[in-house]
Amino acid sequence: MEGDTNLVAISMFALFVILTLGITYWSAKKMTGTKNFYSAGGNITGFQNGLAIAGDYMSAASFLGISGLVFAAGFDGLIYSIGFLVGWPIILLLIAEPLRNLGKYTFSDVACYRLRQKPTRILAACGTLATVALYLIAQMVGSGKLIQVLFGLDYMYAVIIVGTLMMIYVTFGGMIATTWVQIIKACLLLFGATLLAFLVLYNFNFSIEGLFGAAVDIHAKGGEIMAPGGLVSDPISAISLGLALMFGTAGLPHILMRFFTVPDAKEAHKSVFYATGFIGYFYILTFIIGFGAIAFLLANPDFLDESGKLIGGNNMAAIQLSEALGGDLMLGFISAVAFATILAVVSGLTLAGASAISHDLYANVFHGGAHDEKKELQISRISTIGLGIAAIILGIIFEKQNVAFMVGLAFAIAASANFPILFLSMYWKKLTTRGAVIGGSLGLLTAVVLVILGPIVWVDVLGNAEAIFPYKYPALFSMTVAFIGIWLFSVTDTSDDAIREQTAFENQYFRAQTGVGSEKSVSH
Amino acid sequence: MTQSIEQLRESEAYKSLISLRSKSKWSLAALMLVVYYGFILIIAFEPEIFATKVGDGHTSLGIVVGLGVILFSFLITGFYVRKANKVFEPLTHEIHKMAEGE
Repeated sequence: MEGDTNLVAISMFALFVILTLGITYWSAKKMTGTKNFYSAGGNITGFQNGLAIAGDYMSAASFLGISGLVFAAGFDGLIYSIGFLVGWPIILLLIAEPLRNLGKYTFSDVACYRLRQKPTRILAACGTLATVALYLIAQMVGSGKLIQVLFGLDYMYAVIIVGTLMMIYVTFGGMIATTWVQIIKACLLLFGATLLAFLVLYNFNFSIEGLFGAAVDIHAKGGEIMAPGGLVSDPISAISLGLALMFGTAGLPHILMRFFTVPDAKEAHKSVFYATGFIGYFYILTFIIGFGAIAFLLANPDFLDESGKLIGGNNMAAIQLSEALGGDLMLGFISAVAFATILAVVSGLTLAGASAISHDLYANVFHGGAHDEKKELQISRISTIGLGIAAIILGIIFEKQNVAFMVGLAFAIAASANFPILFLSMYWKKLTTRGAVIGGSLGLLTAVVLVILGPIVWVDVLGNAEAIFPYKYPALFSMTVAFIGIWLFSVTDTSDDAIREQTAFENQYFRAQTGVGSEKSVSH
Repeated sequence: MTQSIEQLRESEAYKSLISLRSKSKWSLAALMLVVYYGFILIIAFEPEIFATKVGDGHTSLGIVVGLGVILFSFLITGFYVRKANKVFEPLTHEIHKMAEGE
């Protein structure tokens, strides 16, 4: 399958592109103001938003990456899936309602509710852009390579196609188009993964035990794939990874932005409920797919190279499995779904990045909130194009680089800068601008520095013999630094601003809890 | 008559909303943390526990518990959303009505 042109894949993908471009055209007619651009007018229902959130979250990286991890290490893949899922109840219980009630378009709105606009917005925008940029580069590089293998298309063209389509969706269709692209893709992905898992189980007469047995018999690690292995070896790494996955999810700007697309807190609740269901179900499917890949691919020399490794690497496990079980048709369908997934996720990321530039930086920092909606909409479109071009260029530059650390770093930054500021601004009365800005910056810097000095960058990317910081995952340390920093620089802050900010907490809390005075949806 | 935020904050509806909801929010969040970090800490300190077989086949305790954590996450969101709709939503509605002066 390497580099061959798969006609089924191309026609199915073409169908997806035509459909989504149609949606973009329909959405473009509604792009009259910033509210439709940033939050789809606040008119998305809880169920639709649940699907869109699941779509944002179930990236190609998690579909291919986690099934590949299960293929390589069995049980250990489940540790990641669970970590990615358990953030959702926390978002529902602690974040969703106050976020929807206090904010308008971005999570910075919430952080700035009683803190000083300029410094807080700048930091929140930096946190957003850092998270988005890292995530975006990782997705671009991954997509380029994937498309190269699946469609036989040159890496550079692949990256340009993804970047261009994403710019069209976001620039013309804003959040409305991005949401619907996400919903369609989520349905396709859930359907594709269900079909694949069904085919796996069908071959074992729906006996999970039979599947496990076949996998244990054939895998080089034998029975060890059913138990925790070497992925998380020491307690510090285990806890640190757990923190990054759980609280990083609650600090991802493109996910948080989705909560402003629903009319009220009640729908926001519903959307998390549906999203958790879809995502949990999806991870159970990837687990079955991973085990299916062990059972069907490792026994079949057609899918292995001379050294017995899977052709295209472990991340191709789900794709190769689709060919093994359903031939060209299934391979084409799953490939098209993977491509659609990438496209939808990069669109969501780009929209979040563009909003940080136009809504946070341009409108509220440089123009002090003075409102010229037309101009702001124009700036967000220019930012989208700018980010799209940057993503294409960076995608090409990073082609041969190891980008595996980038998603991990994005989660670490989200957990160490975005989440502490957001969480404490909602719940801690004594938070002041000084505390939030200094503590949040320290958290961000610590995460970046520790990842650079750690094994993933210092050894794997830069080629040094030994890491200066011994752990792969910095969240335990960087989150501690952030929380202590925020606490220390808040309680020692006795300025007039600090007193005003602390007094403003009670009324903010009232609005956060009840939604009285919160942003309303627009009627079409 | 429309009431000010200060008055509303003193209302019975608001007080019971906050006390009821805070209780279930924080206790469910704590429960989620205990379940998840319990899972992680077993992997970190006593991974052999999860290698134990369930029944005669290959299925290990780790897989059963892992899938259990996924199911638990989903159930906990369902439980809270149900409670929010039944208990918290009517109280919130009452506060909104007072705020709008109906």
